[in-house]
Amino acid sequence: MLSIKLFNITTIAYFGAMLAFISYLVIRNRTVALVANICCYVGFALHTAAIGMRWYESYQILGGDGRAPLSNLYESVVFFAWTILLIYILIDLKYRQRAIGAFVLPFAFFGMIWGQLYLSDAIDPLVPALQSNWLTYHVITCFLGYAAFAVACGVSIMYLIKARKGRDDGEGRDDGGVLALFPSTRVLDDINYKAIMIGFPLLSLGIITGAAWANYAWGTYWSWDPKETWSLIVWFVYAAFLHARFTRGWVGRKAAWLSVFGFVATIFCYLGVNLVLSGLHSYGGS
Amino acid sequence: MTNKQDQSFLGIIWDFFCSLKLAITTLILLALTSIIGTVVQQGKPAQEYIQEYGERVYRVFVALDFVDMYHSWWFLTLLNIFAVNLICCSIRRLPRILKLVKHPVLTPVEKHYRSFANRDEFTVPVAVDRAGDRLAAFMRKHFAAPVVTARDDRIHLFAQKMAWARFGVYVVHLSILIIFAGAIIGSVWGYKAYVNIAEGTSTDKVWPRDSQNPIAIGFEVRCDNFEVTYYPGTRRPKEFTSDLVVLEGGREVLKKTIEVNDPLSYRGLTFYQSSYGPAGEPVFKLTVTERSSGRKLKFEAQRGEHVALPDGSSFAISDYTDSYKSFGPAIQMHLNDKNEKHGNAFVVFQRFPEFDAQRGGAYSFAVDSFEQQYYTGLQVAKDPGVWVVWAGCFLLVAGCFSAFFLSHRRIWLTIEPAGDGSLIRVAGNAHRNQPAFEIFFEDFKSRLKEELTGRQTPESAPLPVVETNT
Repeated sequence: MLSIKLFNITTIAYFGAMLAFISYLVIRNRTVALVANICCYVGFALHTAAIGMRWYESYQILGGDGRAPLSNLYESVVFFAWTILLIYILIDLKYRQRAIGAFVLPFAFFGMIWGQLYLSDAIDPLVPALQSNWLTYHVITCFLGYAAFAVACGVSIMYLIKARKGRDDGEGRDDGGVLALFPSTRVLDDINYKAIMIGFPLLSLGIITGAAWANYAWGTYWSWDPKETWSLIVWFVYAAFLHARFTRGWVGRKAAWLSVFGFVATIFCYLGVNLVLSGLHSYGGS
Repeated sequence: MTNKQDQSFLGIIWDFFCSLKLAITTLILLALTSIIGTVVQQGKPAQEYIQEYGERVYRVFVALDFVDMYHSWWFLTLLNIFAVNLICCSIRRLPRILKLVKHPVLTPVEKHYRSFANRDEFTVPVAVDRAGDRLAAFMRKHFAAPVVTARDDRIHLFAQKMAWARFGVYVVHLSILIIFAGAIIGSVWGYKAYVNIAEGTSTDKVWPRDSQNPIAIGFEVRCDNFEVTYYPGTRRPKEFTSDLVVLEGGREVLKKTIEVNDPLSYRGLTFYQSSYGPAGEPVFKLTVTERSSGRKLKFEAQRGEHVALPDGSSFAISDYTDSYKSFGPAIQMHLNDKNEKHGNAFVVFQRFPEFDAQRGGAYSFAVDSFEQQYYTGLQVAKDPGVWVVWAGCFLLVAGCFSAFFLSHRRIWLTIEPAGDGSLIRVAGNAHRNQPAFEIFFEDFKSRLKEELTGRQTPESAPLPVVETNT
């Protein structure tokens, strides 16, 4: 399938971007950052084309039963990587802080390489439970939310590294080293907050579309299924984060840690529940 | 004295329930405790827990309500604290916000202006009244219609945009309470049940999940047909469908073919395709060929039934399968002689009607069809609270977007006489997204100066104002 080849090239582009971003932090050459970003944008364009191609191929293989490529673990991880790049590009256009790429691209690259090497990329027709328009809305909103949290997590890790060194006065005046290219803690904190501000309503929408779908398919919008519960856990953590911003003693490092924990919970919600626990979403793993 | 102490005690409780720290703690506790129910399976029979964890651990689980934790007193208490916290926070902060929106400072003095991050002042060679008129028109055009207040010899202009964005966060808080209310309505006045209906039969009762006693639903539901379709060339199910008919007093009032993701709703009840299974024994249709005459005889038989043949012997079907190795549907059967003595079992394939002729004997058998009756398994839900929940969800998302992405912007202008012209003070603020507002304010300011001092192009010149002042 052509889409698989395109996904392979995309993976290579992200690998190149990741390496270039890391080298940029070490050798501090702006051309390297530019190369990294070009890899990102080219990779993203290919990635988009590949997803469109896979959609088209599903109609070639399944005839009238073709469907959007959002229905199994392979397709979801590929889409997750795509949303991470989308959010990264949006943040890049606004802030132009290339160092962030070194902490965000690995999520996308490792997602892609896992999908390409270990997951089944077969295009199978949908089982009856998945034949619903809610599937598309649910998956898109959830993964855009997850991707925003991935970016927030990457930025929070940068914040924690930078704040630990204690050499930052919040304005980015710094004595050098790898940290010299990090944005100031103030900017990192701002991006972290902005990313979660984008992610939180999207996660809420993802939970709501999931509930609406469950209600339409099974007659109950909430059944404390492990996947549902974990999505709520993630929601609680980021709700705590949003409130922590207004509370003395909870800003800065604690908020950054909350963001990191939130993303760990997000990943568990996405993968752990399918791979470790059992429940209604177990077909996601097959 | 006691009264005063009392008040301070109440005050402490009030402060406790209003605090943001309580909100953060509750959210984190809810997140942590919720994990338990995803690791320990919920609502299983006792034996399953004992088998997995042992008797002693199971008793601890029961004592702590871990086997049904989302309905336990302590989890519900946490949810209640969460709700009370939401209410108290909102009650404490709302009046202040209401005042801020409804009664803004209309006549700020120098002291006020100094407190703004975005501010400026400059003089223009334009008289106060004329400047006031022009600036009011300018604000209406480039920002929002201002409130004009003349006090002493000054003119104050105030305008604001999207003041309601301040309420976004309270809409989110309210929406969570509405969702809770919807969930409570559903659990008090609604129920979840199931019912199995065999093809061709009907029911007027459904069985709730947690009780042995059926609920009469006040009308009948009949299943005319149940079907599973498969994707071509596979055993992968494509769709499960049931043809349902709703009957009121024996009269058909509604017909619908339901499938997974497309239920039937009638009088507040919704029926969801959920499972299926065989109902009763299948009926086999056979063609028997009498070897001596070549005569073909048609029979219908069920499993185990002895069916008499013309020569006084009989046959019986002992087993059947949907797919025998790769040969498709097949039955296993045997002949009985006149003394009811069983003969050897043999297999007849539906797809190969000539095959049995090779066996020899007085009769050869071919399977025309076998019809398995099915029952359709339906989930039945009554949930009068579900629309309340959706309303809450809508408000939650709308509130989130307005709380995160819309900002309440305000601009004040004061014009006071200074020499031949006027001194203009201008200040503004936004309740979020300061950088964007800074850019807007800089632009607003420079256009405002241009309006009063710069060259005036014909279209930007204000209409001649009637000078009513003296």
